[in-house]
Amino acid sequence: MSQKYPYFIARDRAWQPAQYTPRYKTSVSRSPRQALVSIQNASPSERSGPVFDGLELGQYDNDLLMNFRTEGSAAGMPVGERIIMHGRVIDQFGKPVPNTLVEMWQANAGGKYRHKKDGYLAALDPSFGGVGRCITDADGRYRFRTVRPGPYPWPNDINTWRPAHIHVSVMGPSISTRLITQMYFEGDPLIPLCPIVQVLKDPDAVETMIARLDMAMSKPMDCLAYRFDIVVRGALQTYFEE
Amino acid sequence: MYSQYKLQDETGLLRETASQTAGPFVHIGLALEIAGFESRADEIWQDLAKEGAEGEHIELVGRVYDGNGDLVRDALIEIWQADSQGNYIANFDNKQPFSGFGRSACAVDGDFHFNTIKPGQVDFDGKPMAPHINIAVFARGINIHLQTRAYFDDEQAANDDCPILNGIPSDVRRQTLIAVKEAGEGKPRYRFDIYLQGEGETVFFDF
Repeated sequence: MSQKYPYFIARDRAWQPAQYTPRYKTSVSRSPRQALVSIQNASPSERSGPVFDGLELGQYDNDLLMNFRTEGSAAGMPVGERIIMHGRVIDQFGKPVPNTLVEMWQANAGGKYRHKKDGYLAALDPSFGGVGRCITDADGRYRFRTVRPGPYPWPNDINTWRPAHIHVSVMGPSISTRLITQMYFEGDPLIPLCPIVQVLKDPDAVETMIARLDMAMSKPMDCLAYRFDIVVRGALQTYFEE
Repeated sequence: MYSQYKLQDETGLLRETASQTAGPFVHIGLALEIAGFESRADEIWQDLAKEGAEGEHIELVGRVYDGNGDLVRDALIEIWQADSQGNYIANFDNKQPFSGFGRSACAVDGDFHFNTIKPGQVDFDGKPMAPHINIAVFARGINIHLQTRAYFDDEQAANDDCPILNGIPSDVRRQTLIAVKEAGEGKPRYRFDIYLQGEGETVFFDF
């Protein structure tokens, strides 16, 4: 028996970034020259996807202030602006996407990644790793605690700097909704200068990636909060074909 | 207060959050051991099939090349596939013999590398699709992930009848989706090299 999987609203490829965006230099040799082949009638392969109920999360997987605490360091807390990053995963109809995997990674407060290949001269923080993950609750809510990452330079133009950002990965109900993006911070003057942000043609599309300062959810005398809602493709019902 | 999800198109549908490249350090978040991290207690990684998983155990390996023919060593690959009976098992669990989802990276020797089982034929509106593995490619320089499929060169008859393969309008380009069986160590190995651009460019799908 074939299982029933939803169809999804078509991805708006004019809203999403093009592959070939020469101001972002690496895209020049890594973008297909041929047109994408459209699967108009999506099969179960595209309409299904993994659910991570069986993934065993650790106690501090969503708490970057705690999940790389080093023994021997004085307070064991990372340096930087303490923040809560939270929001909801919803679909294009506004329906919450519960029980889905949200993953994130980031540089430390100085803009340095804990990665073998990051050669930037800013220092690593002995108490900061920079990786988190969690599963959305029944209302599609997720939450991380971390430090605000710093901007950093990268070799594109002579003097190009990434705005502060957190990489965010979400699965959603199917591989059709799979999405990796970057969360930026409201008011950051580097945002309009960034060739990676500017791969998006529509300024409204950039707004979908900008987290807003959220005083209501911040914790007095402890940490600020930023709200970042993630919208994945809307799931249609399958009754059209029955 | 402003919220991203107030952004609607002209029909009132909310706008999908915009995609961005996974960047050069994607491993920190999605492939911890490649970044030089200690793994957490439970990770999503490249062994989809454990000992005892039903079906024919295989390796799926491949490399990613850019438009200059240079190896892409910072790509992250995700796969999603059916079990040996052609059923998608949604539940990911490293304690079960088989999960249909996995990740690998090209950072070590240039190859991505999966230990899995050969998927069965998936039913699509009463017709079988040839056995295939769904693949997503993420990397620095790729603004929105590229979606493709790996088929198997020893499934010629099924490939010839596959509705998705036949939807590719070029006979020549269709061949870019056929993984090639090579001598493996102990179990069959299929090689699926991905060409992002130029000669032999892999077919990428929109769906």
